[in-house]
Amino acid sequence: MQTHQFDVVIVGAGGAGMRAALESSGRTRTAVISKLYPTRSHTGAAQGGMCAALGNVEDDNPEWHTFDTVKGGDYLVDQDAATIMANEAIDAVLDLERMGLPFNRTPEGRIDQRRFGGHTRNHGEAAVRRACYAADRTGHMILQTLYQQCVKQEVAFFNEFYCLDLLLDHDLSSGEVSDGQEVRVAGVVAYELATGEIHVFRAKSVVLATGGAGKIYKTTSNAHTLTGDGMAIAYRRGLPLEDMEFFQFHPTGLAGLGILLSEAARGEGGILRNADGERFMERYAPTIKDLAPRDIVARSMANEVREGRGAGPNKDYVLLDLTHLDPAHIDAKLPDITEFARTYLGIEPYTEPVPVYPTAHYAMGGVPTNVEGEVLRNTTDVVRGLYAAGEVACVSVHGSNRLGTNSLLDINVFGKRAGISAAEFAATAPWVDLPENPSSLVVDELEEMRARPQGERISDIRRELQQTMDTNAQVFRTAESLTTCLADVRALRERYSRASVQDKGRAFNTDLLEALELGFLIDIAEVVVVGALNRRESRGGHFREDYPNRDDAGFMEHTMAYRRPAGTVVDSPAAPAPAGEEIPDPAPGELAVVLGTKPVVTTVYQPMERKY
Amino acid sequence: MTAVAERSAAAEPKAGEIPSFDVTLKIRRYTPETHGDEPYWEEHTVTAHGTDRLLDALHKIKWEIDGSLTFRRSCAHGVCGSDAMRINGRNRLACKALLKDLNPDKPITVEPIKGLPVIKDLVVDMEPFFASYREIMPFLITSGTEPSRERIQSPEQRARFDDTTKCILCAACTSSCPVFWTDGQYFGPAAIVNAHRFIFDSRDEGGAARLEILNDKEGVWRCRTTFNCTEACPRGIEVTKAIQEVKRAMITRAF
Ligand SMILES: Cc1cc2nc3c(=O)[nH]c(=O)nc-3n(C[C@H](O)[C@H](O)[C@H](O)COP(=O)(O)OP(=O)(O)OC[C@H]3O[C@@H](n4cnc5c(N)ncnc54)[C@H](O)[C@@H]3O)c2cc1C
Ligand code: SF4
Ligand code: FES
Repeated sequence: MQTHQFDVVIVGAGGAGMRAALESSGRTRTAVISKLYPTRSHTGAAQGGMCAALGNVEDDNPEWHTFDTVKGGDYLVDQDAATIMANEAIDAVLDLERMGLPFNRTPEGRIDQRRFGGHTRNHGEAAVRRACYAADRTGHMILQTLYQQCVKQEVAFFNEFYCLDLLLDHDLSSGEVSDGQEVRVAGVVAYELATGEIHVFRAKSVVLATGGAGKIYKTTSNAHTLTGDGMAIAYRRGLPLEDMEFFQFHPTGLAGLGILLSEAARGEGGILRNADGERFMERYAPTIKDLAPRDIVARSMANEVREGRGAGPNKDYVLLDLTHLDPAHIDAKLPDITEFARTYLGIEPYTEPVPVYPTAHYAMGGVPTNVEGEVLRNTTDVVRGLYAAGEVACVSVHGSNRLGTNSLLDINVFGKRAGISAAEFAATAPWVDLPENPSSLVVDELEEMRARPQGERISDIRRELQQTMDTNAQVFRTAESLTTCLADVRALRERYSRASVQDKGRAFNTDLLEALELGFLIDIAEVVVVGALNRRESRGGHFREDYPNRDDAGFMEHTMAYRRPAGTVVDSPAAPAPAGEEIPDPAPGELAVVLGTKPVVTTVYQPMERKY
Repeated sequence: MTAVAERSAAAEPKAGEIPSFDVTLKIRRYTPETHGDEPYWEEHTVTAHGTDRLLDALHKIKWEIDGSLTFRRSCAHGVCGSDAMRINGRNRLACKALLKDLNPDKPITVEPIKGLPVIKDLVVDMEPFFASYREIMPFLITSGTEPSRERIQSPEQRARFDDTTKCILCAACTSSCPVFWTDGQYFGPAAIVNAHRFIFDSRDEGGAARLEILNDKEGVWRCRTTFNCTEACPRGIEVTKAIQEVKRAMITRAF
């Protein structure tokens, strides 16, 4: 075991982590731990754009952007956070340009902008050009540019180090730490993939920036490595997870594969059609049609398929039609995604429509933070020195449904804020002692997993987990499907406790790490399903067929899921479910998902019906 | 060792799709912890489906036959640069190589990329590669005060270096270069591509300094124009052309 000491440790080297590192490393001794080489992070897969009301190509302003974000999130957005994000968007884009990001340009040489779903002029009048972009590899250019700046600033990276535990000075999962008491972070524990060695990082500030958890689903646009590690690690240590039932299904995944085709395809004029060639979005969102927010488009597509109007031999997808666009325009604006269609489906988008179907894309929920990036441990208290930013976090600027291009913005705005806050806190805070045997939890888990002689394969359990989530907790949900799913997840957890890995070695043991990642996925899946069961309404990305309407009286609040001994009363507990709809208890003796709530911050915009 | 995947694991074939077929992978393995210091070949046969890529076959082996088979991967669609490997003697990304295009009648050979130390199986030490990248100062260099808005750059100026902005640092090019194989000190195509990306960016003022670095004896002049790199690049970057442009800029100092 090795021990390191840094003022600030950032976990994750995607857009959020590196944006934080650029702020923090200039101010204080900072380390970045990442399970991937920074440039392999999934921010690099983002395609379409990053929005800011620059007004370079048409009239726009941050207030319209704020409104769209709030409405897009079906009013579950914290409006103070959304205002900050929209206001700071312009500087966030200009910062990146100054760092060298090669944005596409207007004829005048300014940053060009294009349309994206849900972004409108003057509170919904018409689609507005707000997304700044670099062809259809905007995320790639953001990731490269941030990494370039990290190279310039000589940021200390620990690459292919897996963070497996978070060290706090109190045991929050006991449920015995009272509200108001000071809780501080002490560091993290990481596993070095190349050698199998354990490293303890002592730190005054820790920033979680580990990205999403798309691999709880089978069909997803997310990387194999997006296994919700940061969320699960925090949750296991007793921190709440906020709004996890809201998962975004992106409308246009390549059918059967889940690989994303950016919404930019529709922003540039692409049209969704059913088997009859009908532009069906005209029926569901008469004003902005194909550019309605993702939750609406995804459900409309699933509904077309369900009602028998799907295309293809099995009628199980719809078609994204680009054939009316000029091939030169496609090459200039959408080169990568059209290449995906050619490579992976053998479809030529110039002349043939592309088979598409919704794919699990983005976790709106995550580790709750305030607008400075500080992590909340209940509705009001922060854990001193602990920060989170990016997809792992929930500020909440996305509410129940994120607008396209708002995440690349989120990671830049709140990554920067978290980096500054973490460094400033570390500058004055005294050190906290490491707990005795800081790595014992991790070492025990690893050794137990490695030592188990024979058992079920990790991949079988993972496949079943992803399958039940796809079948039962996807675009359409009911009490019945979710109850089935919860029982499946719990049964899989039990099987997981007896599973084994084949590779028992120390060096580069990805078999072992995949096993630990599955443990994280199971925890996250359970929280998603329990939250979804409890939310007996439909809002944004969460659609309950048995409760098809939004219910502001009952559910205009954030969900807070805590891992606690069953029966523990948490701060601001969730109302009990009506008789017959109780959420089944876990096996006796296990820690349960205990639900609480947190008020939504509403400053200006009162909830209205969401029509497009 | 040969093992055959369970047929029952085969997914339901979808109508209108290419039928399932068997492929044999002949994989170059290196696992000093269990098999001694010499690399060895191992064959596995698995059933593949129409759109499966080599990465799917590797996963199938890892997940259903031998969990110790080790390789890097993340995005699974050719954008993160994790899984460059030598496939039938050619450098490619496993996640972009469709099995049906690889002639499944013969065993498909899979080896780690060449010229970098092998750590385990298909995983190589990428540090020397990233060290060369860092040396060419891969960041925008400017002087004077920062503008308050964006710098102006025309679409034509932007287009000048578009091709080399696509690089995902996968090392397929560098590790296909015969000069790099014999001389690990050579910067290699990827570093030059990334230098090109800044040298030809109208906003950048570090071109002269970068050219100085690449003028080194391990620099751009070692390139023998074999075009291996261009053929290997999964992003379709015209690597050799970029290197030629850097050479020309070195002579004319015009960029
Ligand atoms: C295909 C695709 C296209 C998208 N397009 C857009 C778009 O056009 N516009 C937009 O706004 N948003 C888009 N998004 C969403 C957006 O890209 C992501 O939400 C965002 O990039 C997440 O950034 P991040 O920094 O939080 O996480 P990531 O970039 O995923 O980085 C996570 C980091 O954490 C590290 N990590 C994870 N676990 C551990 C661990 N246990 N220990 C150590 N390190 C760890 C990883 O190594 C990685 O460095 C897209 C998403 C996808 C999947
Ligand atoms: S130039 Fe192409 S082959 Fe070389 S590292 Fe970049 S993407 Fe890979
Ligand atoms: S797995 Fe990302 S490039 Fe192949």
